Parts: sequence; structure tokens; C-alpha cells
Amino acid sequence: MLRRLLLLALLASPLPLAAQDRTITVASTTSTEQSGLFGHILPIFTRETGITVRVVALGTGQALDVGRRGDADVVFVHDRVAEQRFVAEGHGVARQHVMFNDFVIVGPEAEPAGIAGSRDTAAALKRIAESRAPFISRGDRSGTHAAELRLWQQAGVDPLAGRGAWYREIGQGMGPTLNTAAAQGAYAMTDRGTWLSFRNRQGLRVVVEGDVRLFNQYGVMLVNPQRHPHVKQADGQRFIDWIVSRAGQAAIAGYRINGEQLFFPNAAQPEPVS
Amino acid sequence: MYDLQAAVTQAIGLVAAGDPTLAQIVLLSLRVSLTAVLLAALVGLPLGALLAVARFPGRGAVVAFLNALMGLPPVVAGLLIYLLLSRAGPLGSLGLLFTPTAMVIAQAVLVAPILAALTRQVLEGMWEEYAEQLRSFGAGPARAVPTLLWDGRFALLTVLLAGFGRASAEVGAVMIVGGNIEGFTRVMTTAIALETSKGDLPLALALGLVLMAIVLAVNALAQGLRERGLRLA
Repeated sequence: MLRRLLLLALLASPLPLAAQDRTITVASTTSTEQSGLFGHILPIFTRETGITVRVVALGTGQALDVGRRGDADVVFVHDRVAEQRFVAEGHGVARQHVMFNDFVIVGPEAEPAGIAGSRDTAAALKRIAESRAPFISRGDRSGTHAAELRLWQQAGVDPLAGRGAWYREIGQGMGPTLNTAAAQGAYAMTDRGTWLSFRNRQGLRVVVEGDVRLFNQYGVMLVNPQRHPHVKQADGQRFIDWIVSRAGQAAIAGYRINGEQLFFPNAAQPEPVS
Repeated sequence: MYDLQAAVTQAIGLVAAGDPTLAQIVLLSLRVSLTAVLLAALVGLPLGALLAVARFPGRGAVVAFLNALMGLPPVVAGLLIYLLLSRAGPLGSLGLLFTPTAMVIAQAVLVAPILAALTRQVLEGMWEEYAEQLRSFGAGPARAVPTLLWDGRFALLTVLLAGFGRASAEVGAVMIVGGNIEGFTRVMTTAIALETSKGDLPLALALGLVLMAIVLAVNALAQGLRERGLRLA
């Protein structure tokens, strides 16, 4: 029965099968998709190579899972530690640095923790915890969530102690987290790209930025074709080669919202980050 | 209030502009949900009719199970199909994950129990009325199934519409198995979820209004067909 159903479903979907040959699936993060970066650079890549890219935008943890299961050809995410583990475990190959942007901490107009203008993330987070000002956490194993947890650790604060009170984990993407922070007059950490393209601010504004600890590196890697033979190795590698090439890096640098550059290509010289 | 007004204005603007991206998303939504309802109907209607006429031990349990399946959460259906279709899953070699076909399958799984359960309910009443008559023609339950389905076609149209409503409104399953890929698996509901998470609430609501208008149009079309059919019958 299932087989017949599948066959019917296939017949019902007029998919151009021939065109699928030059299509790759990239598992990436909501920050790259929702900030509009892919909408800007992918048409350029497709024009140059004839390869269509399908982006599935998830949190970094989920995107790596999709790669682990072999459901994507390329993974393009931002959690260096998790990426290195992914490669070490043999799930991915040919990992390259692509670009960086930065995280910012946003907060409500009333600013109950009084940290606006600070460049010291650790001190700012400490103040938030001490004043028990509401903080919305992604809580979804994403790259941003992992970075946030590292920052709390550096600040010497265990936010989980404030769970159910001022520290609120919502287990959702960046956008929903910002929506919640805006609605509850809370603090939150976000990547700058999502923040710049986010519309429902309701008085939310950047309160902490410019700390080197807020640096956010993106990496790209091919899903290991030895483990998953169906991975489109040639076209996937072509994408990786392109995005770290001069043309790809220039395309990234050329993406702006209101004149502000969102991502800074650094394939050649990634900054060391702890 | 301001947001609501903005949404209505934007919805009208979107439709009036004939935006090709929107048109593509709308067409994919219709294609996926209508195909899913069609597939689900091929299984659900005969199954429901059979349950209406058949009497066997454990029938009550089957009916209760089917009724409970009407409440299957879309996210759960999506996860099941995801695990089946994933490369690491039993049907992985088909390479269907993150395609419209996967979305059709997931919605068909969601809709089939609804169609079967409602069909059973509708036809059981008819069967109680007709059973004598059909039996006197020497028709057993197996022969009665097509007759009942045909005679109940106008009532079953509403059943199909209920299934279509479920399919076109759900977001949990298609998000997981389709991946909301722009230009490929993005449908109305996943587009609405995306715009909501981007904080563009007026645009999200505008898309919602467009979706409701489409569902209304499908229902009006079905009702028109039904009335025409009734006149001819």
C-alpha cells in the first residue's frame, strides 16, 4: 500500500527530475536565511555554476543532525566546537571558515539592569543576573544558544538557577526569541544579522556590542560522501569552493541592510577564538 | 488595531500585485494539500465505508482508534514521516525528504484517518436505513460499499472538505518534512510561520488572510458542485 501511495504521490508531483541533478541541499541556520544573505548570494552562485541550492534553515544543532543523517549535501553553520566534533566523528569533511558577524545583547527601553553602552559582556550578564531582569534564551541547542551558554560561563553565572523566574528558555528560533523579548520587556542575545532584519522591536534596542567575545564565526563543510554515498560531492564541493573564493567572499561582503554590512568574509584569515 | 489594518491593506496589495513568489507558494499549497486529500480519500473513504457495514469482533476498538487518530498532532505525523524518509531511515534511498512529495505523504497520513472516521459516521446512518433493502437485492457488505459511497457522495463532499481544511491549515508536518525551502517546499503556512518569526507580523497576517480566502474559494467551489449535482440528481 505504502509503495503504491508513494508512486501515486510521485506521479502527482510534476518534478523536473533532470533538473535535480544540479541541485544541492544545504542545511544552514536561521540567521543566514532570515537575514536575507542567502537570497542575495545564491542567485549569484547559481548564475555562475548552474547549480541550484536548496536551503533548509534550522538551528545549528539541528542542521548538524540533518547532516549526520545524510539528509543534506553541505552544512553551513556557526558553532565552531560542534563543527569540529562533527568533522572529528567523520560526519563531515573539507570544513572551511567562511565569514563572521557578531552577537549583540538587546534589551528593553526601561533597561532594568542598567547595562546600556557596555562593551563588557561578562559584566553585563552578571548585572542581568543580579538584578534578576528577565532574559529570554533560545534554549534550542543552536549555535547562538551554545555561544550564549559559553558567555554565561565566562561571566561566572549559572543562569539555570534563575530558570522559571528571570531566565526563560523558549526552545525556539532567533525570531521567536526576539518576539518574546519584545513582548516581555526582556533581554536577549541575538546575531546582528537577524536583529537588523527584525521588524517587531517594540522598544527593544542594542545594549551591549563590540566585545571580542561576541565574535561569531561561520563554517561550511561537506557531508562525508564516504558515509553517505548519495551526497552530491562534486556540486557540494563546488559550492564550498565558491563561497570561500574571491567571488563568493565578495558576494557576502556586498550584502547590506540599510547600508549596514551584515557578514564579514574571512575565509583566508579566520580570527582565533577560544 | 493598526497592525490589523496594515495586514488587510497588505493582503489586498499582495493579491493585486500578482506577486509571482506568492503565486508560486499558493499553487504549491493547493497542489500539496489537494493531492494529499485525493490520496487520503482513496484509502479513507473505502475504509470508512467498509467499517460502516462490516461487523466483526474488535470493530469498536478499531472505530475508537480511528477516531483518536483524528487528533494526531501534525508535528508527530511529520516526525514519523521524517524518520521514515530520512536517508538514515527505512525509505531513505528514495531521497524524498525535503521535497513536495514528502509533504503530500505527511498530509495524507494526517487526513486519511479523518476521512475514514467521518465517512464511517456518515455512512453508518445510511446503512442502518438501507441494510434491509440492499440485502433483499442479495448485496452483501462488500457490494454495499460502492453503493453507499455513491449514494452518500454529497455528504462525503463535506467530509472531503474537512480533510482539505486540516491539510491546508497544518504547519507542523510540512515544516519538518518539507524544510520550508524557498521556491521549492515553501507553502502558505510555513511562509506565515517564517514571517512571524522574522517579526513581520502584518505580512504574516496578510498571508494568513490570503490563505483563508483561498480555502473559502475552494469551499465555495465544492458547494457549487454539490448544488449542481443535487439539481441534476
